[in-house]
Amino acid sequence: MRSARRPALGAMLLALILAAVLIGPAVWSAAPGAMDLGARNAAPDWAHPLGRDQLGRDFLARLLTGGRISLAVAAAAALMGTVIGAAVGAAAGMSRRLDAPLMWLTDIFLCVPLLPLLLIAATLFRAPLAAALGPQMGVFALVTVAIGASSWMGTARILRAEVRSVMQRDFIAAARLAGRRPAGMIAHHVLPNVAASLSVSASLAAASAILTESALSFLGLGFPPDLPTWGRLIFEGTPQLGQYPGRALWPGALITLSAVGIMALGDTLRDLAGPK
Amino acid sequence: MPVRPIAAALALCLSFTAPAADASETSGARGRDGQLRLYYWQAPSTLNPYLSGGVKDVEAASLIVEPLARLDPDGQMVPWLVQSIPTLENGGVAPDLRSITWRLKPGLTWSDGSPVTSADIRFTLEYCTAPGSGCAQQAKFRDVAAVDTPGPLTAVLRFDSPKPHPYGPFVGPQTPLLQAAQFAECIGPRAASCTAANFAPIGTGPFRAVQFRPGDAALFEMNPHYRVDDQPAFASVLLKGGGNANSAARTVLETGEFDYAWNLQLSPDVLAAMAASGKGRVVTAFSTLVERLAFNLREPAPTPSTLRQAAPLPHPAMSDPDVRRALAMALDRELMVEIGYGAAGRVTCNILPGPRIYASRENDGCAAQDIARAQAILQNAGWTDDNGDGVRERQGKQLRFVFQTSTNAVRQDFQLLAKEWWRQIGVQTELRNIDASVFFSSDASSPDTLQRFGAHIQMYAGASDGPDPEAYLSGWACKNIPDRDNGWQGQNVGAWCDPAYDRLLDKLAVTAGLEERAELARTLNDMLVQNHVVVPLVDRARISAHSAALEGVRMNAWDSELWNVAEWHRMAQ
Repeated sequence: MRSARRPALGAMLLALILAAVLIGPAVWSAAPGAMDLGARNAAPDWAHPLGRDQLGRDFLARLLTGGRISLAVAAAAALMGTVIGAAVGAAAGMSRRLDAPLMWLTDIFLCVPLLPLLLIAATLFRAPLAAALGPQMGVFALVTVAIGASSWMGTARILRAEVRSVMQRDFIAAARLAGRRPAGMIAHHVLPNVAASLSVSASLAAASAILTESALSFLGLGFPPDLPTWGRLIFEGTPQLGQYPGRALWPGALITLSAVGIMALGDTLRDLAGPK
Repeated sequence: MPVRPIAAALALCLSFTAPAADASETSGARGRDGQLRLYYWQAPSTLNPYLSGGVKDVEAASLIVEPLARLDPDGQMVPWLVQSIPTLENGGVAPDLRSITWRLKPGLTWSDGSPVTSADIRFTLEYCTAPGSGCAQQAKFRDVAAVDTPGPLTAVLRFDSPKPHPYGPFVGPQTPLLQAAQFAECIGPRAASCTAANFAPIGTGPFRAVQFRPGDAALFEMNPHYRVDDQPAFASVLLKGGGNANSAARTVLETGEFDYAWNLQLSPDVLAAMAASGKGRVVTAFSTLVERLAFNLREPAPTPSTLRQAAPLPHPAMSDPDVRRALAMALDRELMVEIGYGAAGRVTCNILPGPRIYASRENDGCAAQDIARAQAILQNAGWTDDNGDGVRERQGKQLRFVFQTSTNAVRQDFQLLAKEWWRQIGVQTELRNIDASVFFSSDASSPDTLQRFGAHIQMYAGASDGPDPEAYLSGWACKNIPDRDNGWQGQNVGAWCDPAYDRLLDKLAVTAGLEERAELARTLNDMLVQNHVVVPLVDRARISAHSAALEGVRMNAWDSELWNVAEWHRMAQ
């Protein structure tokens, strides 16, 4: 009964937020970048339910647009991290020869402090990427790859342990005797058995990617200032916490709710995939 | 275990407030107002300004030690320990500009009662210039060859080369007089180890140190030998450190626990809300700190590989003065000040806004925003939007610029405002913000620094060090263009080069007399501003707050904010 109620909650929360940020900007017609310098810091009214910010921009529109970017980064980075992590974890779990070097690599990545690394990456690659992909796509690619490439280690470790225990099972020995090649074994025998852990760790990665993107934007390393993301909105809102608490609290609440929603969804997936 | 530090802090506060209670009971002129409580949220780490370049240390030390001349809130020199300011006219500065003669006021004494003599002046110079001393103010004494002491009150500073502005040493709070007797054993490498002297220097100022805890708090008591009979009005001064600008502002403006809070760079609406309670007053003072835009007249290099080319090309749009003029004209500086700085800033049209005699009046009225005129300027210069994409172009070159600055809430707001206004005149802007520690670093290998200028427009703040603008204005000389050959050093980030400007600078270097120098400086300023090499935006103030009951505060951005603390007193009940 317990697990039957939770999927509803997590999925509903996430669906609600997704619907808001995906459909929201289409329905809510106020442009997130349009300034009205005469109405700076205007109080909420019916036309602008969350008020206007320090440059007279509609805050609700910025919140919705910001969510799109933050969630897109989270999804793309989580996907990337999960794919890399799954590949490394499966390879280490199946091959004795690759196990030690791959786990050393994982340990090395775990040791490297994330934010300084991202700072260096931002300094080195921002200009070339912006030149190649355009300013906004360039930063999107940079942030996504940076977060994805620095968040696969947990997945790799969990997967390695899971794959190792699966590899001890009799049906693997049977498959091996039947002459299955490693690729086929991964696809048909290993992955289905570790899917639960994989989905949980993917959802955890997505949640932490939202937080990392916020941290980057909060430090001013993320997207350019004319592109709102939830992290940047918090960054801009913090100094005015005393007077306009909503500026920081709304994006903060949405980040929290998204992370909670994704985690609850991950829990559900685990319960569904591996009923004990 | 956080209990122990708290208990220690309490004990400290109690022990510090005790003498105040005693003092307030005593009547009489000097020391009648009890304790003055100062909140410097960056706490001083030493009371010897020669061993620290930090503003906080210089300010705290200015309660105790004093220079020969101070600078008043207008940037004018005021004789402090001397009879008058030496000039060419009164014979204090030699006609060959190689020496300056300072005459001490008669009867001056140190806080231990011993007389101040010209030997102390000579000693202070020796103290700072001794090898291995680590003196932070060595640059101020750089060209001083020797100090002669023809009499106990007369000191002659002789320079290696003619100095048209000989007021570097012993003017301003960074280079006060030290007592020879106290620091005699602290010459050279031993300077830093003289803790007792560094934490309680003997001075001529209105107060002397009683207790000093580096990075935490300091207690001062009035100097019984101070030269003015009824000053200071306060018997003791408690200087408390720690916290941040926000909490410092609260203690003065909202709770009234402290009398004075220093350096409150807060958002204007935050500060205004605090000041609304009426417990305290926000005070500001302006010097030369100007927030400005710089235009890159060279083609910025997006990737390190293109730096290999011999000479960077002039940028086709930025090298057109009409484009720069239109960009400047599209800005509403009044609104920028209002949004970003409030009382802590004012619109300026000069890159050199002070002292008053150096401020040009030629550029008044620049602050008016005129979008229509900016559009017309671009149109007449041949920049037209032929393909209807909202961006003007000429001969295939579009007005698309990258605008970078450091990461800072106010600067990002300014970027967004400028982007919007420039959009209205047909200029498209891409914004970049770079972490301040990277942007302002002197790392020549980083492509994102102020000097490398990897964009077309950048925004930053800069100031003249001291009231004489020669060094500051030399920043725009041709030889100060940062490039690969000089390791990206120099202030002329936009690579503007005008031989006429350099010739005027050479003239300034040999011109004596304040009025003549000021005229040259104004001309140089006008050249920079009228050619739109830089666009001055905001003259930024030092901002502090004092309790409404405190009188006599004359906020000063040229000298220590505590420069006239001897005159501070409580309002009569």
